[in-house]
Amino acid sequence: MSPHRRSRRTAALVSAVAVTAVLATGCSSSGSGSDDDPNAKVTLSVGDFGTFGYKEAGLFDEYMKAHPNITITENTTTVEGDYWTALQTRLSGGGLDDIQALEVSRIALATSDQLSNAFTDMSKAPGVEKDAYLPWKWQQATTSDGRTVALGTDVGPMAICYRQDLFAAAGLPTDPAQVSALWAGDWAKYVEVGRQYQAKAPKDTFFMDTATGLYNGVLSSNSEQYYRNGKLAYKDSAGVQKGWKLASEAVQAGVSQGLKEFDTPWQTAFSNSTFATTVCPSWQQANIEKYSGPANAGKWNVAQAPAAGNWGGSFLAVPSSGKHVAQAQALAVWLTQPEQQAKVFQKVGNIPANQKAYALPGVTDFTNPYIGPNAPTGKIFSTAAKAITPAETGPHHGDLHGAFSNGVLLMEQNHKSPEEAWAATVKQVESTVQ
Amino acid sequence: MATPTRTGRSDPPGPPPTTTTQARRPAPSGLRSRLHRWDHRVSPYVFVAPFFLVFAVFGLFPLLYTGWLSLHRVSLYNVDKADWVGFQNYWDLFFGAPSHYFWNALGNTVTLGLLSTVPQLLAALGLAHLLNYKLPARGFFRTALLAPYATSVAAATLVFALVFSPEGGMANWLLSLVGAGPVRWEAGPWSSQFAISVIVIWRWTGYNALIYLAAMQAIPRDLYEAAAIDGASRWQQFRNVTIPQLRPTILFTVVVSFIGATQLFGEPYLFGGQSGHQGGADHQYETLGVFMYDQGFHSSMLGRASAIAWIMFGLLLLVGLANTLIARRLRSAK
Repeated sequence: MSPHRRSRRTAALVSAVAVTAVLATGCSSSGSGSDDDPNAKVTLSVGDFGTFGYKEAGLFDEYMKAHPNITITENTTTVEGDYWTALQTRLSGGGLDDIQALEVSRIALATSDQLSNAFTDMSKAPGVEKDAYLPWKWQQATTSDGRTVALGTDVGPMAICYRQDLFAAAGLPTDPAQVSALWAGDWAKYVEVGRQYQAKAPKDTFFMDTATGLYNGVLSSNSEQYYRNGKLAYKDSAGVQKGWKLASEAVQAGVSQGLKEFDTPWQTAFSNSTFATTVCPSWQQANIEKYSGPANAGKWNVAQAPAAGNWGGSFLAVPSSGKHVAQAQALAVWLTQPEQQAKVFQKVGNIPANQKAYALPGVTDFTNPYIGPNAPTGKIFSTAAKAITPAETGPHHGDLHGAFSNGVLLMEQNHKSPEEAWAATVKQVESTVQ
Repeated sequence: MATPTRTGRSDPPGPPPTTTTQARRPAPSGLRSRLHRWDHRVSPYVFVAPFFLVFAVFGLFPLLYTGWLSLHRVSLYNVDKADWVGFQNYWDLFFGAPSHYFWNALGNTVTLGLLSTVPQLLAALGLAHLLNYKLPARGFFRTALLAPYATSVAAATLVFALVFSPEGGMANWLLSLVGAGPVRWEAGPWSSQFAISVIVIWRWTGYNALIYLAAMQAIPRDLYEAAAIDGASRWQQFRNVTIPQLRPTILFTVVVSFIGATQLFGEPYLFGGQSGHQGGADHQYETLGVFMYDQGFHSSMLGRASAIAWIMFGLLLLVGLANTLIARRLRSAK
């Protein structure tokens, strides 16, 4: 989805747990596959973007310690859009890493007939437990003929992050449970609370940062998005309709500041404290802390979103053209095990795609010291993750979503009427989706 | 046919001596002279060959390959699978679904080109004229002029994006001093093009000023003395001596700036942040270069992007042609 959304907080060191070391050794014995000598020196390269958190959580070091013959190098690109551009040219021209990360908006393309053969079938890799992964996450990476081209790393369950101080000033409750109750069950109520806030808002503040975030939230929590039965359905899709309607209402009601999400002005607005809420997928926590800064510590809190939805999250794929496919698969499997994903979550906030991780200590009982020290952050996000109903996607999901988010921007930044913006969006979609 | 004429010219008249010389000459020296002649003819080509080889690999091949791609429907991630579509991509750009964006981008390229080139060259001319006087710390000023040129596009654009930011940007602060309301620079069609032009002008004015300065210093002093004796003021000297003498240089800078404007990409792309890839939410500052990038790398339509590249190439050829015609007219007018 949006390229910047993965820039997450970097982290300190984490201590190794004995269990993972045992697991790691278990993987290595099965992961020697194609090469003759299982102890031959092998260098594995991992291509990813933003903050996957493996290095931060010390996972690469841990793996290399357990497997002295393996060296891991990581090629990280900050912005997912740039990463994807480079990955596409490499898929055409060669030079792929042994493991390549894929963002959720690209996964439908990766599983399509055009690309699925470029990746190995991870469901057949040794040590993979299909049932451990969230079923919809597993399904997203599976082709129509039953090959699973990538393993889920994390998901992006949504919550709403809000400013307690601004809420109090506008006469709204500040306790997470009470705030969740304000809009429980319906995004329309969230816009309604926005009207209430705006009526008594502290000077020069807005209820939300951008209506594109709202659109994204509504769409993501709807089971019908841009595709229906394998065909494009954006013109009359329930999710698109509802998201567009609420976004245009929010713009007309003046409850949105109209910022362009992830851009520099948006980042600055966090520290200027000019908006009170933002739609908050798990990975957004890191952005909030980074951009709001120490001066605003303790002011943010987190409440449940009106409806559960997924925004973002990634996968690890092993290209079939790689030289060390077996070793790469073993590493990818190991990285997506519950213990490893739990460590990543504690370091950088990525909610595990492996649902066994939710049972581990330090996940559901996690609280974020920066955002709502008293809020049950881990519980809010893991509950949302389990409640997600997956939507049908297709190869052009990323393009369509880009066009519609842009359409909302047309309403709030370029002052187009909803009708004009809709027409412009449809035009743009028709010119790019062939 | 060539040989008799040559011998006829170089040797004294009369055929007999020529034949005797040739008959007397031993075989090895004949070979040597042939080698010598061959060397004479071929070695220049060998010396320039590296350039042409490098050009063939990095210039000609991509050019032809792009042309081939432009006749296919092909995805960035799967170049091996290219479907022949003939001139469909060109047709689409001119008349089909993306034509609206193509003409819009062409229009933006022209307006942005004019907005950035005209003030830039005028300012450069003025600056060069000032620097041509004996100023204190002239060397410093001349070096300082080149500083923006040496700054990277990315750095300059990011700084200017902050200047024109709606959240505490300097441009809006300046406007507030004179009582004007805040402007959403990036969102408006004219305000955004203005802001981008400012970046281009800031970066390139110094470079052009130095070119003008060099040309001004080549103008003979006695022209000015003669003009001064005739009672011409400084301004009249500038208009009637400097400008006509600079004409070829001005033409050169106009052409180079025009080519630069046609290829304008980095500034709008980076200025737009998250929507820079399409030149703003409303494509309000999408140039042809940005459009090409968007179609090729953002929407993965390599075939269409290649067609845009060839259209841009055609446009530049037209500019080159116009340049040649104008230059010829200038020369014959002298």
